[in-house]
Amino acid sequence: MAFIEVKGITKKFGGLIAVDNVDFEIEKGKITAIIGPNGAGKSTFFNLINGFHKPTSGSILFEGKDITKIPVHKGAHLGIARTFQTTHLFEQSTVIDNVIVGHRLRTKSNLFDAVFRTKREKDEENRAYEIAMESLEFVGMAHLANTQVSTITQEAKKRVAIALALATGPKVMFLDEPAAGINPEETDGLAQLMKKIAASGITVCTIEHKMQMIMGMADKIMVLNQGAKIAEGTPDEIKNNPVVIEAYLGGEAIAEVN
Amino acid sequence: MDKIFNHRTLIALLIVFALVFPLIYADNRYVLHVMTIGFIFTISVYGMNIIAGFTGQLSLAHAGFFAIGAYSLGILTTRTEMNFWLALLLAVLITSAAGLLLGAIALRTKEHFFAIYTLIVGYLIYLLIDKWDGLTGGVRGLIGIPIPDPIGPLNFESATAMYYLVLFFLLLSIFIAVRIVRSLTGRTYIAIRNSEELAQTLGINTKVNKLVSFVISVAYAGLAGALYASLTRFIGPDVASTNMVFNFLMYLIVGGIGTLSGPLVGTMLFVWLEQFLRSYQEYHLLIFGPILVIMVIFFPTGIVGGFYRIKARLQQKKVPKDNKYFNPVPVKSTKK
Repeated sequence: MAFIEVKGITKKFGGLIAVDNVDFEIEKGKITAIIGPNGAGKSTFFNLINGFHKPTSGSILFEGKDITKIPVHKGAHLGIARTFQTTHLFEQSTVIDNVIVGHRLRTKSNLFDAVFRTKREKDEENRAYEIAMESLEFVGMAHLANTQVSTITQEAKKRVAIALALATGPKVMFLDEPAAGINPEETDGLAQLMKKIAASGITVCTIEHKMQMIMGMADKIMVLNQGAKIAEGTPDEIKNNPVVIEAYLGGEAIAEVN
Repeated sequence: MDKIFNHRTLIALLIVFALVFPLIYADNRYVLHVMTIGFIFTISVYGMNIIAGFTGQLSLAHAGFFAIGAYSLGILTTRTEMNFWLALLLAVLITSAAGLLLGAIALRTKEHFFAIYTLIVGYLIYLLIDKWDGLTGGVRGLIGIPIPDPIGPLNFESATAMYYLVLFFLLLSIFIAVRIVRSLTGRTYIAIRNSEELAQTLGINTKVNKLVSFVISVAYAGLAGALYASLTRFIGPDVASTNMVFNFLMYLIVGGIGTLSGPLVGTMLFVWLEQFLRSYQEYHLLIFGPILVIMVIFFPTGIVGGFYRIKARLQQKKVPKDNKYFNPVPVKSTKK
């Protein structure tokens, strides 16, 4: 049984076929990357697995369970986390305040607990705080816990967004272009972080445009073009695949991949 | 630690001031009445703040629910001669039930569609009250709403007693709002305001949370409306008017939307400003308008939000510069 299994998934927006009959498997504990030119359907593919879009046809199995039609928040409870291209953090609040809510899905306190500040509320608040601090430590941002988000760098924000996803206690993390808009040095750091996440037992699946980063880090790569899967394999296989070079690198078979 | 102490001292001072206020103006019913009305509106604006300020869904049906609370109490006490306290409880419950029903429909829309939809819901409530003569008395309104029934030796015949009663409910409302906002539930609401998409991926059921938050906000409006009815003892369809909801919104925005003390600051400021400018009649809007525009442009989080922003900026200057993550300018990469 594959960890995540996508079977013949198709998504149409009106007449446009954004994702076209894609079969794909994600292996547990590995780093899987999805690459492809702009408009290839990578983000749509993510949104399908995540539940933001419902597929026109096909199905998605997570640990053998059909998750094709479940709402986004239920997916999170099962252990599916994701980050966005834009981090969506609340800028006027501190880093820790942003991350604490990540553990909310594992807590049970309700309105009653809030108003009467019951023992459960206090315990769960403390637990959420601890988890948030652990996640921040994991991504190397613990020292910024009490800093306002609007004052930290883009790279720090990306790391905080990853910490927030980690705080949900995921089994798999989908990262949508985590290295977009940051410099090469910081990109290396993020690649290290992704390896660290995978090593800790959390499966990583990422969309990325930075080829050097992907080639050095991914265990498996899928290439999408115009919604369809055109190749799949290890970085070495992808590098030398003529179909990929034609579609992705502009039709020149001699193009270098760095 | 001394910061918390200052904060607490300020709150204690405010409560003491509110408690001794009637003693200062013991013989001035007018001042007490304005203050009491101000407190009632504050309760309502706290409710609006929960859904609009913290959960991020701008509901413009708030005056409609305020009116449902007012009319529920008015009708129950004048038509059925029900005990005031039971009627007050029922008024809040009826308003909440109406909120649950309308919220479940309205929250299917998002952002400005939600604002427009709820504006229309509010106007429909106004029309319903205005046209349903048999139940609400139509344009003539409801008269002779009784004052609260005495509890043991406590009676509410004097303006001072009403003042204390409303003050009690105000403090209770603020207390509950603070508890909610600072809890995990409150963090959930703030996460939804921040980004609904992100909140969903964090495992938050945004539909249910938005609805619960909406019902809480509506319950505040219902309580405020019911208190308003028993204070003024006369209500007309105007309590549901769009003027009313935009007043609430103005108090909230100028005070500080999404802040815990904003509703109190904004409401008290405008309620008293309106009294001072009473002699100018409608022209007081010539002053309110520019205030609102200036606030929205320069202090989008109102007086309270602006205060905290300035404070944060002053503190930030003290932060040591050697930490690379504080530098908002990207560090230049040495290798290419």
